[in-house]
Amino acid sequence: MSTPQLLHGAITVGDDLPPLDHEVTATTVVLGALASRDWRPMHHDYDFAVNRNGTQDIFLNTPNLAAWFERYITDWTGPTGRLGKMTFRMRDSVYPKDLMTIRGTVTAAEVTPDACGWVDIDITLAVGDRVCTTCAARVAVPIDEDDNPWSRRGDTWAP
Amino acid sequence: MSDTVEVPEIPDAVLGRVDEVQYEGSAGFPVEQGYIWTTCASVENGNPLYWEPAVANDLTGGPIAPPTMLSVWFRPHHWAPGATENLVPLQVHFDLKEQLGLPEAIISENTITFHEPVRLGDQVTSRQRLRSISEPKTTKLGTGRFWVIDVEYLNQDEMLLGVETYTAFGYRR
Repeated sequence: MSTPQLLHGAITVGDDLPPLDHEVTATTVVLGALASRDWRPMHHDYDFAVNRNGTQDIFLNTPNLAAWFERYITDWTGPTGRLGKMTFRMRDSVYPKDLMTIRGTVTAAEVTPDACGWVDIDITLAVGDRVCTTCAARVAVPIDEDDNPWSRRGDTWAP
Repeated sequence: MSDTVEVPEIPDAVLGRVDEVQYEGSAGFPVEQGYIWTTCASVENGNPLYWEPAVANDLTGGPIAPPTMLSVWFRPHHWAPGATENLVPLQVHFDLKEQLGLPEAIISENTITFHEPVRLGDQVTSRQRLRSISEPKTTKLGTGRFWVIDVEYLNQDEMLLGVETYTAFGYRR
């Protein structure tokens, strides 16, 4: 396999993933909402967001937050990383003009009896000191250069 | 926000639907490349799995969609011929807002479990299940109730693609 890949043996509990900074704009919010086919007005209509929802501006929608977390994780694992599960909790919203920072730390790493290499990661998306969303993710990575988590099907894939 | 907001009782008809399959259906269009690229562009995701066919062929036996796009494939068009009102996704959630008398709502937690990869051309169907409704609660947004909804996704071969579990808070301000 010629694509770069992070192998399970190179990962240690407590490892920090490289942080990711991004300047959010109104385009970020609207593009993310429309890409996820989310037509609700609080993600594109300032007046609705402020005067109906009581928020300070339009804000990133949930499916797009998931896409940001996925990008963050697979930037680290490379394309052989296969997401198994994500749980995320929204504490606060992300608005245009926010500089959001995503950080992650490995909390567990195990190879199951059927030789699947799992890694658990705690991820935080924050704007300054304001934690907006937290995410607990479980991702499978290859245990050696011949392993490919994407080849698992049916009972051999147990996220 | 007020502590004096009164939250109506949960109607028996709503409680009777807990765990029942509701709104089984599809968005009516196959999984397609354009949305995949637009989604990757929206978060600047350069994963070659979604941009380089050779990588997709090598790793996944052909192009797939990013797993977190699962919900994209069940979201209905904003308008369709013959539709008399705007169509909305996650209909159980919007039903609850109306049935429980809680006009505002946010999604507070979301768990997604990913199973079989979603492939180009797949016809994804989804089905929704209300799992629970809480007692009245007061948060900084207002007074209302939390509820939990599962959305299960399957492809045209009835293979499970994933399950999304939404926790929402419906409230009055």
